[in-house]
Amino acid sequence: MVMIRPRKKIVQSDWNAYLKQRGQQAQDSAIQRFFQASMPSGDTPIDQVPMVALDMETTGLDERRHAIVSIGIVPFDMNRIQLAKRRYWVIKPPRPLAEESIAFHHITHSEIAHAPDLNEVLNDLLDALAGRLVVVHFRHIERPFLDAAVKARRGESVLFPMIDTMSLEARLHRQSLWARFRRWLGRPPVSIRLNASRQRYGLPAYQGHHALVDALATAELLQAQIAHHYQPETPLRDIWT
Amino acid sequence: MDVELLEIHQHMGKYPPFDGLSDELLDRIAENVEVRYFKTGSEILRLNETVNELCYIRSGAVEVYRRQGELYNRLGEGDIFGHFSLLRGHRVRYPAKAIEDTLIYFIPGAVFQQLCDEDDHFADFIEVERPRLESVAEEQKKSNDMMVTRIRKLLSRYPVMVETTTTVQAAAQQMSNAQASALLVLKRGKENPRFSFSDSEGVAWQMCGILTDSDFRKSIVAKGLPPETPVGDVIGSHLITVQSDVSVYEAMLTMLRSNVHHLPVLYRQRPVGVVHLSDIIRYETHSGLYLVSNIFSQSSVEGLARLAPDVSAAFVRMVQEEANSHMVGSALSTIGRSFTRRLLEMAEEELGPPPVPYSFMVNGSMARNEQTIVTDQDNALVIDDAFDPELHDAYFYQLAKFVSDGLDACGYTYCKGDVMATNPQWRQPLRVWKEYFRDWINNPSPEKLLHSSIFFDLDSAYGEEVYIETLQDLVATEASKSPLFLSAMARNALNRTPPLGFFRTFVMEKMVSIIIPSTSNGVAPRPW
Repeated sequence: MVMIRPRKKIVQSDWNAYLKQRGQQAQDSAIQRFFQASMPSGDTPIDQVPMVALDMETTGLDERRHAIVSIGIVPFDMNRIQLAKRRYWVIKPPRPLAEESIAFHHITHSEIAHAPDLNEVLNDLLDALAGRLVVVHFRHIERPFLDAAVKARRGESVLFPMIDTMSLEARLHRQSLWARFRRWLGRPPVSIRLNASRQRYGLPAYQGHHALVDALATAELLQAQIAHHYQPETPLRDIWT
Repeated sequence: MDVELLEIHQHMGKYPPFDGLSDELLDRIAENVEVRYFKTGSEILRLNETVNELCYIRSGAVEVYRRQGELYNRLGEGDIFGHFSLLRGHRVRYPAKAIEDTLIYFIPGAVFQQLCDEDDHFADFIEVERPRLESVAEEQKKSNDMMVTRIRKLLSRYPVMVETTTTVQAAAQQMSNAQASALLVLKRGKENPRFSFSDSEGVAWQMCGILTDSDFRKSIVAKGLPPETPVGDVIGSHLITVQSDVSVYEAMLTMLRSNVHHLPVLYRQRPVGVVHLSDIIRYETHSGLYLVSNIFSQSSVEGLARLAPDVSAAFVRMVQEEANSHMVGSALSTIGRSFTRRLLEMAEEELGPPPVPYSFMVNGSMARNEQTIVTDQDNALVIDDAFDPELHDAYFYQLAKFVSDGLDACGYTYCKGDVMATNPQWRQPLRVWKEYFRDWINNPSPEKLLHSSIFFDLDSAYGEEVYIETLQDLVATEASKSPLFLSAMARNALNRTPPLGFFRTFVMEKMVSIIIPSTSNGVAPRPW
């Protein structure tokens, strides 16, 4: 597994103030709409938060060299995952695909040959995300890639709070007393990858590596994590990052 | 359809009543499901709550209760609930609770309504509340009708597939290894949109032909082509296929019309299997035989265990078709033996070949061809006289354990009297068995009589049949010479009451659940 080094600090201490400020200052109309949509505040109980699971396939792990090739989103809340409202886009990266990257993301040349540039779908994407809390598994891909891609096309940054199901698993399995005890015993760390995490909650294995399937899998995982380790009234602040 | 919905589509397509739906209707469901996770112990449907959706269990387990709180039904993967409430005014009459961590797919009421309107089979399934067994029986009766059953139901495994560049020799080897009579030939690319698909790795493939046993004769051997010939050079240009949701009848017509014996079956453009004419004939003539071939195509104990419900279904179907008890008994025994054989093959694959030859002996009802649906296992191992316990017993214990555990998983419960090859007493070389048999015949104490009544019904399920034949001969010659033994057996038989009550109703016995009178002499199968 490739380790991602943090390149810049993108964790915001006060998301609500940041979002409000961006709503006033944003130049691009779609970005402005996105930031002005009322995002649930940190006090909202988790069972009242409208969410959207997001997954991307990329050509690599570095947002400066690699590009997004597909995006899948599934809106949901603690009650229902609304698969009927799912959206999926295949996107043509600015540079042609390298052969080895196909193994990485499973999107083929012919599929992207007629695909649009991210710029063409960006308004749709931002509108679909607006007002919902984005849920990802491993935010260090989705957050920097989306931010870099939007910046390159619209000259503005798009950062927003997310729930990261992987870091929720890490809190349980990497940072707990039990995890430290395991480490002390020299036991290998518990896997917190999507499929391994899902298994712990009795969720079925899906054929992975499709942005939409992974988004659905992430939404199901979050529902399971909340049901097992949190309360319906747990404030969003305790969960988002 | 979108690839991501395939996951849902394929899961539902395996379970009734969805298995009878057209691909188009299945897609419509997959498009519209909503999903929710329920932790163990949480309520899914509450009493008197309004429901607008049908609930489908994707994974986990659910209990449904009556109003007073007593258990009404316990459901697992692929089952549905909530349809009674949906049909009757949308108020929950039977609350439901997750008894394991459960993932539910909710099918919106509007879609449910469409399914009932557009598919009679689905509506029938939903409409009337019936005991499970009865609806299974009806299911079987319906599937008897080749117009209704969809061809995908006859597929037991994925097709064997090779690339066009593979040599005919390598292809033939692959076919032999897979015991397939046909393979599909693929190449990369998607020039032909009718047969293009992408695999789970996203690689684009297209199917360009099929190669069957007879093609090897006609197009390769008869023409004297070298073994290095690539398969791409010998396949025909015209490919006849069917969609996975056509009826068995349609598939048969296609075969007859095109004069082919093998048909690749596609889901959209993706090949999902190959049917042979014999699959159809087998399915139509005898579901029991169909089941047997299915047993031999399984590659894991889990796969075998999944067939257990089919055994009861085959039983019900035979009873409904008014098969007599002899036919039922011998069909179920054949099925039981097939499970045993397949498990032994798997055990040998896992443990390696046996150090000395052996025969796996079955006893009791299975040996007499009188098996019923509720039955336990009686078996033993007769090993070659070269057997050395020090060196070989560990292997045979493992073998016996594998088979015994496997049979238990398939619904043939462990023998309460421990008449199983896992018991060291019943895992012996031939000479010890001969001693056992002679001792039982010459000194018929009550305990030994019990043994002889179990073991003297003996048959070989797998391995060296000659050992079992030796023992059968021994019983036939020695027993008839021992008046003491014969009188003891006769006394024993007289002490048993045939399990027929007044007016020919059956009497339930404690040791066996259902007794079927054997036609020839009116004496029931013995309960071991």
